[in-house]
Amino acid sequence: MLHRLFDVISSLKLTVVCLSLAIVLVFVGTMAQVNFGIHEVQHRYFQSLIVWWPPASQGLKIPVFPGGHLIGAVLLVNLIAAHLRRFRWTWRTFGIHLTHLGLIIILAGGLFTDLLSVESFMRLAPGETKNYSEDSRAMELAVIDGSDKELDQVTAIPEARLKQGGTIESESLPFRVVVRHFYQNSRLQPLDKAGPGAVSAATQGVGSQVVVTEVPRATAENERDLQSVVVEIAPGQAAPSLGTWLVSDQLGAPQTFSFAGKTWRLLMRPQRYYKPYSLTLKKFTHERYAGTQIAKNFASHAVLNDPERNESRDVLIYMNHPLRYRGETFFQSGFEQDDSATILQDVYNPSFIAPYVACVIVSAGLLFQFGYHFVGFLRRRKTSPAQ
Amino acid sequence: MKKFAPWIALAIAVLWVASNSRMPKAAPLDFNLVAFAKIPLLSDGRNKPFDTVARNSLLIIRGKQTLRLEDGRTIDARRWLADVLFNAPLADSYPSFVIHNPEVLGLFGWEQTERKYFSYGEIQPFLEKIDTQGGQAENVESAKRTPYQTAIYNLRNSLILYQRLKNSLRPEDSPNFTGEIEACMQAMPAGLEATAKQSKGENFDKEKFNSFARLTARFQTLAELSYLLPVPPDPAGTGPHEEWISVGASLLQSISTGAVDPATKSYALIGDAYHAGNRETFNRNLADLTGWMAKNEPKAAGRAAFEFLFNQLEPFYQAMGLYVLAFLLVCFSWLGGNRSLGIAAFYVLLIALAIHTFGLGSRMYLQGRPPVTNLYSSAIFIGWGTVIIGLIIERIFRDGVGSACAAAIGFITLIIAHHLAGSGDTLEMLQAVLDTNIWLATHVVTITIGYSAMFLAGTLALIYVVRGVFTTSLTKEAAQSLTRMTYGVICFATLFSFVGTVLGGIWADQSWGRFWGWDPKENGALLIVLWCAIILHARWGGFIRQRGLMIMALFGNVITSFSWFGVNMLGVGLHSYGFMNKAVPWLAAFMVSQLVLMALASLPLPRWRSFAPGLK
Repeated sequence: MLHRLFDVISSLKLTVVCLSLAIVLVFVGTMAQVNFGIHEVQHRYFQSLIVWWPPASQGLKIPVFPGGHLIGAVLLVNLIAAHLRRFRWTWRTFGIHLTHLGLIIILAGGLFTDLLSVESFMRLAPGETKNYSEDSRAMELAVIDGSDKELDQVTAIPEARLKQGGTIESESLPFRVVVRHFYQNSRLQPLDKAGPGAVSAATQGVGSQVVVTEVPRATAENERDLQSVVVEIAPGQAAPSLGTWLVSDQLGAPQTFSFAGKTWRLLMRPQRYYKPYSLTLKKFTHERYAGTQIAKNFASHAVLNDPERNESRDVLIYMNHPLRYRGETFFQSGFEQDDSATILQDVYNPSFIAPYVACVIVSAGLLFQFGYHFVGFLRRRKTSPAQ
Repeated sequence: MKKFAPWIALAIAVLWVASNSRMPKAAPLDFNLVAFAKIPLLSDGRNKPFDTVARNSLLIIRGKQTLRLEDGRTIDARRWLADVLFNAPLADSYPSFVIHNPEVLGLFGWEQTERKYFSYGEIQPFLEKIDTQGGQAENVESAKRTPYQTAIYNLRNSLILYQRLKNSLRPEDSPNFTGEIEACMQAMPAGLEATAKQSKGENFDKEKFNSFARLTARFQTLAELSYLLPVPPDPAGTGPHEEWISVGASLLQSISTGAVDPATKSYALIGDAYHAGNRETFNRNLADLTGWMAKNEPKAAGRAAFEFLFNQLEPFYQAMGLYVLAFLLVCFSWLGGNRSLGIAAFYVLLIALAIHTFGLGSRMYLQGRPPVTNLYSSAIFIGWGTVIIGLIIERIFRDGVGSACAAAIGFITLIIAHHLAGSGDTLEMLQAVLDTNIWLATHVVTITIGYSAMFLAGTLALIYVVRGVFTTSLTKEAAQSLTRMTYGVICFATLFSFVGTVLGGIWADQSWGRFWGWDPKENGALLIVLWCAIILHARWGGFIRQRGLMIMALFGNVITSFSWFGVNMLGVGLHSYGFMNKAVPWLAAFMVSQLVLMALASLPLPRWRSFAPGLK
């Protein structure tokens, strides 16, 4: 029984089936990009175990196709099993083994990248210094104690924690934050324009004049979710609640309240990733070809400052020339209108080296395999000039 | 006769190339437009000769590189451009603008007739309408525009280009531009004084102020409208401008320096001479300008002269003709069982390849780039790659199959390139992310060779199916040898597609921060790799044999054409260079034709003429 199972998972048939499924999935995932943003497509087709239908439904969903992670994982197992079973050292098959070793590295590397890599952005205006990058999607609720004039004390609650709901306690906060409702994607509307029967989102702050409604998640390329949360600020068991606040991605300025003689601010902002070093933008340049609007180059001239490692130096980040520093890579990604600020993409991907290694191994393997057989073929033709 | 056939064929090929390679000469008493066409300038970000500007502009506006006048005469792009630049009233009467779309014609209240070409003079009353309508269409994403919107948008762009050209070297309405410049220079001291006084709020000479302001305003307009930057930079440190600038900008600088740039003066002189019909003055001043350029801008002048030669030789057009000849020779050699014709085809192909290579190399020299930089050059390169692989196969198997495939794919890819060239300069500047020769030379080239090999495998399969189903010529040996070829080429395609795809991933990791992003073009490349892997594994596992391999190779054509063109038509993704809607029906037709062939290949063997008697 176990033997037969091993036969199946190491069989060439399984390889061909997986590859065929992969080709269909890639095609469907490509065509889907006409209607949906790349992030949505990746999430739905490639970075999933199962492709569901209908995709957005909260209720009943039917599995219609294996997702990218499932196909990839099965292929990986199939690949390893097949080589365990058939491995025999000969020059004839050396290239095949080498090629597949490289493929294992690529598949495993891809899986690790999906699981471990973090992408964020750093937006810098000339002269500005930042020691953090921001997530392009995930938000955080920042509770800021601004009583110290020199230094803000920030307690940030990530989106993932807000989604769980319940009561949040922290040593840095003299009160508890109770999540009343988290909206993954929401629209705000003034209360007086919302029509009869509308209920204000919160009792305090802006929220008392605003109605919040949940809307379906954003799927198009140029849209993103606008998260909102209603929180209650509750001091202790005995003291009365301070009321509820609506904090939202759509509200610009922070809202304030007083507690224990201090003024606190509440703000929804992109989730931040702090670093032990900082970047200061000296200058951003955007060159065009003479007499055209075609961009020739974008470049950010910045200063890297790392007190921990005692490093302070000028860095130049431009197209195809990222800055790699302490395991992270900063790319020239874009710019604000009128070139008023540069946008750097910050990628943390510990397995970025895998494709580089794999590329060399697979190329060598294929080249050897086909070359070996091609030379043999030519030799046979020479010895039998029948044709 | 049989003995001489290859030599006759070769002689025809050589004569044809030679007759197409004659350089044009201006008649001694006419405007020397050939010399004019070789003068370098800067436009769209690169140095090129006026010849290229003429050809590309006419191609954009009229869809052709020549112009047929209403009296039946045909004039070339050089003459057309000279008239546009120097004699606008005449050029306005030429039927330069192509309008196919009946709704656009309806906008003007015109019924659609046989006539497709219209003059600027005829269109002029509707300029405002075209501008509003075209402006509305501009706001619609290119993939979502209706045929009417695309047509009106293109017409608007053509008109803008035309008007800018007319005001590039001189104001279109000036009878005597040299005189205008002189008048301005004479009025300058008094004019500047009056201007200075006026800005300080003192009393100033109103008349002198106004006339000076009027003259400089014309230069200002010229500087704003000009499409061309024909005035070269001053030699280092000797003048105010370090880049190529327009005539108008150069004249505005003259107001501060007090001296007119020699090139600007020359352009004014030759423009006036052309406008007045004075051939002798035109040619004399043109010779001065040519000499001056050769002395001051030797590099740009040399390149421009070479580009003129390249334009004139039209190497891809000539190669196309030779591919047709080679294909016919192979067909005749098969029909007549004449091996010497097959040898002739091989040599004709070698000549065609040499010319094709010259064209490719010339483009690389002119652009200073690896061979593939846009969709146009990818078509040229795919053809080139296939011809080389085809010729190698021919050398090994010597049965005409390699030659036939090389000739057919060489011709078809060049035709595709020809149709992709309609949008203007095919040596355009590259977007910032593409500005890297290492990755263009490695990733783009390998992936394109992968396309070549896939198409070659598909064509071999096509030969197998057509010969097998419709003729009795597919013997067991022939079938086996075709199978070997197809299999070998697919192995080759696997290698290049895979390496090319991974190199692309590494480039993406360098510039976008991720190895793989599931972008449509990336997926297209992956589809090819997966398909190759399926074919190879299915064959190793014995799931497919000869016919299965052929059917799968045919489907490889579908996948490769989707990856090459199809994903660009989706209008999404990061690789959104070279979007093209017009080719959708062609691509669909090609895919359907391949599916039909696959169906044919699936006919039961007794239905195959070659296998009917039970050969297999």
